[in-house]
Amino acid sequence: MLLELDHVDKIFGGLHAVKAVELRVEAGEIFGLIGPNGAGKTTIFNVVTGVYRPDRGRVLFDGQDISGWGPARVAAAGIGRTFQNIRLFRSMTAEQNVMVSGHRLHGAGLLATILRTASQAQCERQLRRRAHELLEALGLRAQAGDMAGSLPYGSQRRLEIARALMLAPKLLLLDEPAAGMNSQEARELEAQIRWLRDELKVTVVLVEHNMSVVMSVCERIQVLDHGETIADGPPSAIKAHPRVLAAYLGQEEPVER
Amino acid sequence: MSDAGSIGALAAAPPPVAPLPPPPAPPRWWLRGLVASAIVAGLALARLGLEALLIEYAQRILLIAGINVILAVSLNLINGTTGQFSIGHAGFMAIGAYGAAFVGVHLAPPLAALFGSGAFADGLTFNLALLIGALLAGLCGLGVGLPSLRLRGDYLAIVTLGFGEIIRIVFNNTQFLGAATGYFGDSPAGLPTYTNLFWVLLWVVIVISVTWNVTFSQTGRSLAAIREDEIAAEAMATPTTRLKVLAFTLSAAGAGIAGGLFAHMQSGIRPEDFKFDKSIDMIVMIIVGGLGSVSGAALGGVFVAVTLELMRDLHEYRLVLYALLLIVIMLVRPEGILGSRELPYLLRGLWQHARQLKSAANGKEAER
Repeated sequence: MLLELDHVDKIFGGLHAVKAVELRVEAGEIFGLIGPNGAGKTTIFNVVTGVYRPDRGRVLFDGQDISGWGPARVAAAGIGRTFQNIRLFRSMTAEQNVMVSGHRLHGAGLLATILRTASQAQCERQLRRRAHELLEALGLRAQAGDMAGSLPYGSQRRLEIARALMLAPKLLLLDEPAAGMNSQEARELEAQIRWLRDELKVTVVLVEHNMSVVMSVCERIQVLDHGETIADGPPSAIKAHPRVLAAYLGQEEPVER
Repeated sequence: MSDAGSIGALAAAPPPVAPLPPPPAPPRWWLRGLVASAIVAGLALARLGLEALLIEYAQRILLIAGINVILAVSLNLINGTTGQFSIGHAGFMAIGAYGAAFVGVHLAPPLAALFGSGAFADGLTFNLALLIGALLAGLCGLGVGLPSLRLRGDYLAIVTLGFGEIIRIVFNNTQFLGAATGYFGDSPAGLPTYTNLFWVLLWVVIVISVTWNVTFSQTGRSLAAIREDEIAAEAMATPTTRLKVLAFTLSAAGAGIAGGLFAHMQSGIRPEDFKFDKSIDMIVMIIVGGLGSVSGAALGGVFVAVTLELMRDLHEYRLVLYALLLIVIMLVRPEGILGSRELPYLLRGLWQHARQLKSAANGKEAER
């Protein structure tokens, strides 16, 4: 089990955002987390990545209890993420954005940096090469030198994925990666998500409202509503699940004749 | 990982792009030694030339400009590159100044006894004094940074402001450093005046090189990432607090160097040389030059030194004019002289543009 949420609660004042959620993700899965707006999906991401501390329950990653760790420590342990409201380093180039997350892979110390030694230059070259591989894989090679803030919306979302992959994560949390993409871009994204699981061996957890993307790439889906799990299973089962339909479309009123 | 090209077939065909040229390898050590010696020789010549050509008043402006450049470039690392707001830089300058003055006074006799009084002993005393001053300032930067850099924006500004004032008041009440009268060393002649154009220019080169190398490295990129979006930077495993403290410490050490050069430029230093408005002057330098640009900060430092001196004849009115000038600059060019650009890249871009224009013109003539 790569990621395990054990009875996690998160409460904001009077709002019980996440209620006793159990979540299990196997290594190598593409896992979908869906639900109507306000269901607690992003809150779960923030609990896992250390932005929030769970009020009750534990978060286990790779067998280790990571509840209460800070975001940088969680990221260093191997959990990469993207943000629902894109958080790129806007006035840095695409290449620089990706290179930032290589901080941990970069061996050069302060003295080597100040003196710009040969080994430091070697580290920089390796980072740049890796960044370019990732940019190429996500179809952003031509934009490597462009300011992140000037890229089109879909490219910004893909750049966030490239930046998270630079951490060499075991687990990647994607928060609405297809938002703002047209159907062509969304299909490319599906291929890219499968590619990063198959080739980079990254486990993926996906929060997404674009149902065609979710149903096509996810192998297992968990549905949340009002902070509670209401269904869990393969896409085919989720599509037909009565509580899911009720949560998304509303309950059918009994009609009196 | 396997070939990254496998996705290429799935994604839309990428437009053909020329492969990026590999970044240049750093020059070999002997070549660097050669360049460094050439720079030192060049600065020594520059000093002789400038001292022969310029009147003493102009030389003094140049010294102040150099010290300003060091202050601005070091402050820019924390305020520009890292995006934190520190307004206590005069405090670190004061620590460097008092530290270097005290060490200079007390280290000179033993070193002169050891090496004989002369240029070598003087140079050694002076640079050791500068380094110790910078070390003290850097340690204070570390001490202030560790607890306070968890604060953001205005809160950090208030802490640094308070720190600057505390330092000044401490010196104002420290008897063995002359308290409010100022520190003039032990001899009636005052502090030894080691500072000259050679040393100032040399330290300008050193501080700019160090800052440049830090800014254009993985460390610098991470610092900029903290400025751009601290939450995202943390999610990318950036050790934000450690990096901020590092930037703050380096920045403080730079101010310490500037303080030491300042102290040994005259016969004494007084606490009121390091008042709050000195910190504001430094903020003005980096904002006028272009926040986040190393060369911009350097330009801003020169600009402030020269304008303040040019307006000296206006007496009290110069502050009014100075303020007006700043308002005009902020209205006309709010991003500063260079913005976030760097002068070398800007010049290279202009040069390439000019060459393109020229070759285009040549091509037209050839058609005729």
